Amino acid sequence: MKQTRIVITGVGLTAPNGNTLAEFRKNLLTGVSGITTVEVRYMGRHPAGMCTFDPLKYQKKKDVRIGTRAGGISIYCAREALADAGVNLDGRDKGRVGIYLGITEHGNVETENEVFNISKFNYDVKFWTHHHNPRTVANNPAGEVSMNLGITGPAYTIGAACAAGNMGLIHAAQMLRLGEIDLALGGGVSESPQTFGIFAGFKSQNALAAHADPTKASRPFDKARNGIVISEGGCIYTLERLEDAQARGAKIYGEIAGYCVNSDATDAVLPNPVRQAECIRKAVAHAGMTIEDIDLINTHATSTPLGDIQECVAIAEVFKGRSTPPAINNTKGFIGHCMGAAGALELAGNLPSFDDLVVHPSINVDELDPQCDIPGLVLNQPRTAKRIDVILNNSFGMLGINSTLVIKRFVA
Amino acid sequence: MTKDDCKKLVIDIISDIAPDEDLSAIKPEIRLRDQLQLDSMDFLDIVMELRKRHGIEVPETDYGQLASLESCAEYLTPKFPQKS
Repeated sequence: MKQTRIVITGVGLTAPNGNTLAEFRKNLLTGVSGITTVEVRYMGRHPAGMCTFDPLKYQKKKDVRIGTRAGGISIYCAREALADAGVNLDGRDKGRVGIYLGITEHGNVETENEVFNISKFNYDVKFWTHHHNPRTVANNPAGEVSMNLGITGPAYTIGAACAAGNMGLIHAAQMLRLGEIDLALGGGVSESPQTFGIFAGFKSQNALAAHADPTKASRPFDKARNGIVISEGGCIYTLERLEDAQARGAKIYGEIAGYCVNSDATDAVLPNPVRQAECIRKAVAHAGMTIEDIDLINTHATSTPLGDIQECVAIAEVFKGRSTPPAINNTKGFIGHCMGAAGALELAGNLPSFDDLVVHPSINVDELDPQCDIPGLVLNQPRTAKRIDVILNNSFGMLGINSTLVIKRFVA
Repeated sequence: MTKDDCKKLVIDIISDIAPDEDLSAIKPEIRLRDQLQLDSMDFLDIVMELRKRHGIEVPETDYGQLASLESCAEYLTPKFPQKS
């Protein structure tokens, strides 16, 4: 069955090392990390990735006070994406615009803040804020965008752990193909560094990164990697049906070629390379491609000792028949793990490769872990490729959810 | 605590609740909602801040007493601890 063609026409992002795609890409090509340290409640300072965008660019002070960090990040990214796409919503039916944002978690920040707040009042819940529920409902980030922009179409989040960033794009493409909407804002968002619980949880799991130099703390594939750097961020794309994009003369970043979402159904936290490989294979097949067509793989690897190996096992298994390996990179060495935003942000960092044919490297690999030594890895320095026509983007998450997205160069 | 002191404390709270508003020309006798962008959630914030900062409880039946700065001062001033 011939699928309706869906294209990416705008990108809005904030990452720990950049508040626009141009700034983000420049820093990925010049080795600039965005990781610093933050004070985590009860836990002292830890490496983390924080964004520096100006929330007041698109929100009033009161809206920032009442809303959530995830909502503010989402509004910034959505507005930047629309501006980048040259879309003015005033002339459109705002009921035909959909907002689909992937989240790893939402609500922990506000709940922790309120428990801490009432701890100062002897845990008397009459000091618990009435803002708690609207801040913690799972649709909060998408709902804040809808209110900020007056978008009256469907606006909700997609909870998919750290596979969620890809899911925002996938769901947007699906809704466009179903004809439910005419324009989608799809991507992912994370406010996770503001919750101590995620730091404490990973620490108890022996999966929280520690390093004297925070810019070296996130080091996927390096032998000395010791865990995840928790980061915030967001990346939202405008997606449209091809004919709609062409009708308005839109710039086209790339085309959704295929995707797959599957589940390990084995373990809550341990990845399953068999299912990851299956996810990659199915995404390639969904795109109507073979493994020979894939030019660049952006890995999910989070800098945990086991997880990086498992993904390398999966990729090596799928691509073992290739005559020459695809280029393989990772973005988390620069920005840490942006959780729900990870898949969307990491894809954005690679989209410019369609134009410049340069593959940004995985950084902080001082000694490559032999168990991660698979053909095609681009380490520490950018590499120019002969061909970048297809990017395969992996994002995997807890409870065994896997998402792989295949984006191809747009050719009319 | 004078009524003017009370008004200043209420304005301090409103400046945090509605940080985009210009409070320099606020008219004490005019309803706050008629001159500021305040909604019902903002009024709950004012009630919460009175509770947190000053230990003052405003029961729901008395919310109408907070309509204007003047009525706030009238209603709240006796609730502050008076200097002996």
